[in-house]
Amino acid sequence: MKISFFVTCLADVFYPGVAKDAVEVLERLGCEVEFPQAQTCCGQPAYNSGYHKETKNIARHMIETFAGAEYVVTPSGSCAAMLHDYVKLFEDEPEWLEKARVLAAKTYEFTQFIVEVLRVEDVGAAFRANATYHRSCHMTRLLGVKEAPMKLLEHVEGLRVTPLPNAHDCCGFGGTFSVKMVPISEQMVDEKIRHIEETDAEVLIGADCGCLMNIGGRINRKGKPIKVMHIAQVLNHSKREGGGSYADENRE
Amino acid sequence: MSGQPITFFGRVEKALGDEQLRKAVPFTQDRLRAGRFQAADELGNIEEWRDLAAQIRAHTLENLDSYLEQLALNVEKNGGYVHFASTAADAVNHVLRIAQEKNARSVVKSKSMVSEEIHLNKHLEAQGLRVIESDLGEYIIQLAKETPSHLIAPAIHKTRAQVAELFSEVAGRALSDETEVLCQFAREELRREFLEADIGISGCNFAVAESGSIVLISNEGNARLTTTLPKVHIAIMGMERLVPTWSELDIVVSMLTRSATGQKISVYMTVMSGPRRRGDIDGPEEFHLIVLDNGRSDILGTAYQEVLKCIRCGACLNVCPVYRHIGGHAYGGVYSGPIGAVLTPLFEGYEEWKELPYSSSLCGACTEVCPVKIPLHDLLIEHRKDEVEQGHVSWQEKFAFKVFGYLTSHPSLYDKAVRTGHVATGWLAKEGVIEKGPGLLAGWTSIRDLPRPAKQSFREWWKQEKEGRGRDN
Ligand code: SF4
Repeated sequence: MKISFFVTCLADVFYPGVAKDAVEVLERLGCEVEFPQAQTCCGQPAYNSGYHKETKNIARHMIETFAGAEYVVTPSGSCAAMLHDYVKLFEDEPEWLEKARVLAAKTYEFTQFIVEVLRVEDVGAAFRANATYHRSCHMTRLLGVKEAPMKLLEHVEGLRVTPLPNAHDCCGFGGTFSVKMVPISEQMVDEKIRHIEETDAEVLIGADCGCLMNIGGRINRKGKPIKVMHIAQVLNHSKREGGGSYADENRE
Repeated sequence: MSGQPITFFGRVEKALGDEQLRKAVPFTQDRLRAGRFQAADELGNIEEWRDLAAQIRAHTLENLDSYLEQLALNVEKNGGYVHFASTAADAVNHVLRIAQEKNARSVVKSKSMVSEEIHLNKHLEAQGLRVIESDLGEYIIQLAKETPSHLIAPAIHKTRAQVAELFSEVAGRALSDETEVLCQFAREELRREFLEADIGISGCNFAVAESGSIVLISNEGNARLTTTLPKVHIAIMGMERLVPTWSELDIVVSMLTRSATGQKISVYMTVMSGPRRRGDIDGPEEFHLIVLDNGRSDILGTAYQEVLKCIRCGACLNVCPVYRHIGGHAYGGVYSGPIGAVLTPLFEGYEEWKELPYSSSLCGACTEVCPVKIPLHDLLIEHRKDEVEQGHVSWQEKFAFKVFGYLTSHPSLYDKAVRTGHVATGWLAKEGVIEKGPGLLAGWTSIRDLPRPAKQSFREWWKQEKEGRGRDN
């Protein structure tokens, strides 16, 4: 199966290790991965801030960049949801609306693609840890992907996932919300961390680099002994002794 | 509002520092939210119900003129009076005029957000009338000289201990903070007021156009007393709060109570169809219905029309992670939470309320729960768009997004920008993280670390590893 990988700006710049893990998992599952070099950002920061003229330009560019793709797969539920949302931008432009619909129909979040399209739940990973999972808001509510990550994690050998209390509450990221509404965002992320601590997990797993950057950044600042990982990093942990992943590359 | 700071961030700071609020709000929020989700589970096909309720509300709005006309005719046929009020002041004047005609001295009220919207109590008291709120939560905040901080649980921000303190003051003796004791005390106090009141004022959860009835949903029975004991009953409704017939009422009421508290149906559902008729054993001698516009008709036909579908169930507040921490007063308007953040700038403009559309992380919890499917977080984005277009944002922000828009639609420039990320942040980074950033980053790094951009971006790695080796052929 041929897929076009949309890396997302956060993974591209801050977490290339996550993106490499995602690509490796997909390749191991038999996908032929290509990376259209012209891709940029999904445009969500501009869209959510009300700059819709700018967003339309970005959307047109992204639609054209991925025009030839069979599937677009991205390691972020939020960015996948944004690609789906391009249809809202072109309600009055039938030609682009149609193209936006085509892009939406072939765009999948990483775990969603594995479970729903590849129909795989066991990717053959092993990772010995006590973990908990943060379900990101856009992934679950806007994209409607709730089960896929859990199914994949269930099959990871050696991994114990304790349910996170108040899992439904946002972590306080919200893109520009995290810099515009700092005092509120701070309370939200602190409550999230309190709940993570209640689970006694040593690893927090998530599927969206935005949320992980927020929770992880706060965890770092407070010096808490909790490791933050993207689900692609967990799924790329090999069963072989010493089999590693790119997981920590960015923190060196 | 008494004692509230005037700026949004001032109010937020006050709320975040209020330990009682920080305990009380999440506690009740969790309870109400759990109730709603359990009720939805029991119902089974909640999404179909939401679709249906949304359709009913949308249809009513599309035909608002004719249903309002039908309602007014039927209320009059039943012997009631109907008054249309285009502004808050008009509505207040209608009430004051009726009070004057009746030589009224005291008014008893059951819970009504619309009366809060027109600041009715303040105006009645200015005319020397005694006003008593009969809903327990409203009674509490009236004693505390505050305003409601939640649509259906006005005193959600108060702990039981705080309530006991307020009641003890009225009682002139120390009351324990047991719920039983507090309720009993309020009941005794309020009974007396009911018997003495000249006018009862209520809101209106729904009006039914086909029969000219108004429907009140409550759990305390105070609405029934408010509408039957005093000689005159005035109901005030927002002009959008009606349904065509009884069969639609059935559906929206069922969604209202389930979404609000998780109840299948409230303890009391009071239906008023005009004043007491010959042979009735109770009921007021006179019934007035005030239909309030106050900016609503201006919303019809705009991108925000869907907000008028709202049935004020409070579910969006009960799931909102922002409301959870700051409570209702921090929003500053009469309506709080996600619905308040959408409504208040519509009613009162961006000048004073420009922060509200940003007081959301756009997590979508509100949109997911709303029983009439108002796309609340989309409407918040719509507001942001209007704020940008009408010049309510800083030039720095505008400039930043112009640059962002340009870079992200010009891949070769974008590529360059990504490539310089690691180098450009060299002077900021310590051990791979940035602890203090400039500009917008300062907001981020004031409470969290920022990872330093990687030495090699993914796209560079791809070029080198994959394409360099010609794997794609
Ligand atoms: S917006 Fe929806 S959820 Fe919020 S109060 Fe209104 S009806 Fe209820």
